Amino acid sequence: MIKLNEIMCKGCSFCVKYCPQHILELGKERNRKGHFFPHLTDGDKCVSCAICAVICPEGAIEIESGEEE
Amino acid sequence: MAEYKRASSILSTPSGFCPGCMHSTAIKIIAEAVDAVGQSETAMHILPVGCSTLNLAYWKGDMIGAAHGRASAVATGFKRCAPDRLVFAYQGDGDLAAIGLAEIMSAANRGENFTVIFANNQTYGMTGGQMAPTTLVGQKTTTCREGRNPESMGYPLKMCELISNLEAPYFVARYALNTPKGVIDARKGITKAFKYQLEGKGFTFIELLTNCPTNWKLSPLATIDYMNSNTIPYFVPGVYKDKGAQL
Amino acid sequence: MAKILMKGCEAVAEAAVRGGCRFFAGYPITPQNEIPEYLSWRLPEVGGAFVQGESEVASISMVYGASAGGTRAMTSSSGPGISLKAEGISYLSSTKLPAFIVNVSRGGPGLGSIQPAQQDYLQATKAMGHGGFRLMVFAPATVQEAVDIAYDAFEYAERDRNPVLMLMDGCLGAIMETVELPPMKDITGKETAAWNVKRYPGEKRSPRALTPVYPEMFLEYENKQRAKMYEAWQKNDVKVEEFMLGDAEYVVAAYGITARLAKEAILRLRAEGFRVGMIRPITLYPFPKKSFDGLDYSLVKGIIDIELAIPAQMRDDIALEVKDRAPIYEFGHSGGILMNDEDTYAQIKKIVTGGDK
Repeated sequence: MIKLNEIMCKGCSFCVKYCPQHILELGKERNRKGHFFPHLTDGDKCVSCAICAVICPEGAIEIESGEEE
Repeated sequence: MAEYKRASSILSTPSGFCPGCMHSTAIKIIAEAVDAVGQSETAMHILPVGCSTLNLAYWKGDMIGAAHGRASAVATGFKRCAPDRLVFAYQGDGDLAAIGLAEIMSAANRGENFTVIFANNQTYGMTGGQMAPTTLVGQKTTTCREGRNPESMGYPLKMCELISNLEAPYFVARYALNTPKGVIDARKGITKAFKYQLEGKGFTFIELLTNCPTNWKLSPLATIDYMNSNTIPYFVPGVYKDKGAQL
Repeated sequence: MAKILMKGCEAVAEAAVRGGCRFFAGYPITPQNEIPEYLSWRLPEVGGAFVQGESEVASISMVYGASAGGTRAMTSSSGPGISLKAEGISYLSSTKLPAFIVNVSRGGPGLGSIQPAQQDYLQATKAMGHGGFRLMVFAPATVQEAVDIAYDAFEYAERDRNPVLMLMDGCLGAIMETVELPPMKDITGKETAAWNVKRYPGEKRSPRALTPVYPEMFLEYENKQRAKMYEAWQKNDVKVEEFMLGDAEYVVAAYGITARLAKEAILRLRAEGFRVGMIRPITLYPFPKKSFDGLDYSLVKGIIDIELAIPAQMRDDIALEVKDRAPIYEFGHSGGILMNDEDTYAQIKKIVTGGDK
């Protein structure tokens, strides 16, 4: 599952572009720095491939292996 | 099921880089490579002058700030007196390929045992988008508004090709950070360079093709396409030299 | 300790090693070449490192890197090379890094000539680089004095966390004189442990950054600290030789090699009944103000500034102290033209006999 550290995101949309499942989308909400940040449109389709985490310049996304803690 | 954790050598507060700037990506994977070789406690980061100086407030390890263009000279002096430390200099194209060209070529030619990581985004970001030695032919900047004209401004410098032609360097490679595969390959390449360094193999050089949304006047997403159609065809990614691979 | 015959540059190199120097980076330029040549084999002998840089510009940054890592690091050059190192020296001062810098000066300006001169006084003492920082500047007059200065330079540099400059001329670099070499210092490297970015085995400390760039408020704070340091130098660290000043009517002001010529001329003139003395600055900065300010101007009729520089560069510093209490005369050569004892004696005599009115 992906874990987004909202404050780190600067709204560049790289993750949205490269998510193979196309389940990431910039939301309407701004973080404290004023950037729109992404959210999962359909969490079940996430296969934890970590592509979003890899391409994110800010390291705002972490992937936890295994089930929900 | 891949797992992905934030590297320990970068702070958990936002970096100073612009949204979508691949300097952030670069320093993130450097931090990951430093962790991978177990050197996060002792790695020495030589800071240049340019946007990457912003790492001063983002990197969590020991740092020495060099004068503009002199990072590989500072690294030489430091590493010669601390041969056991992992030392890397992270420089932009103005710092490395313009004012620091003599330093990088000489350090490479001496085979200094440290790693230089070169962020090539074809502009001077910090100072507002002037032409860099790597600016592409026809690319517009604040000091070549009609686009770089080779007749009076020459051609973009290919650092990997230059350095891989020297005898001493051990590992020379170029990666593009505009795709997940490129980022993964770059992280592997940096990790390999650090391993070679720790084994005392000599000079290792990693060129990272990066972007500059602010001064290219493109959105972050648009810089990805710009790199695919302009930067990458000219600065061809790949491993240009790997003495370790021939063993 | 036995006295041995040694060439100036080589004696300085050996003294620096005995003073704890374990890193040198430099670039060939006459008349200092014997320093890197000597250290190229001597430093490895003591477990140190030597690099011939691709330029003076790179070499000063190598010294910067080694010094940041807690190693006693030095460089040497001559006027043109020192000019190239000016930015790096400013960075050393700003980052608060010790270093030992030797300028074996030659005729200038420009590429100048390779013969000795004293034309880098202003560069050394007023603005060795941008930003208004200062260096302690030592000027030896003999090879032994150069040895003693080189031997202790790092103590000042590490005390102040600031580079130290020794300004000697090509003549002192080239001549051979008998010297007594001090013993090898035992440097543990812990002297700078409080701030360097060295990692001692097993040392657990939080990360450190040594950088030449500061937020504005910090930079102002650092500049204020530097101003206090310069005041302390002026109070505590002035080194000067006052020669036969007690009853002197004419006082020669000279440093380095010219002071030796002046001394010989003074002894001859004294034998002829002329009451001449000399003030020889050993620290060019901090300048020996008291020596000039404290002269008995009811007695002193003139100051004679002798330098291998035209126009004389120390003159303004002298005038600041002497003010209008006595006229200042100057003579010397420049561009690499040397003086000898005869013309030094003749020039002083002309002045003291009123011939120069």
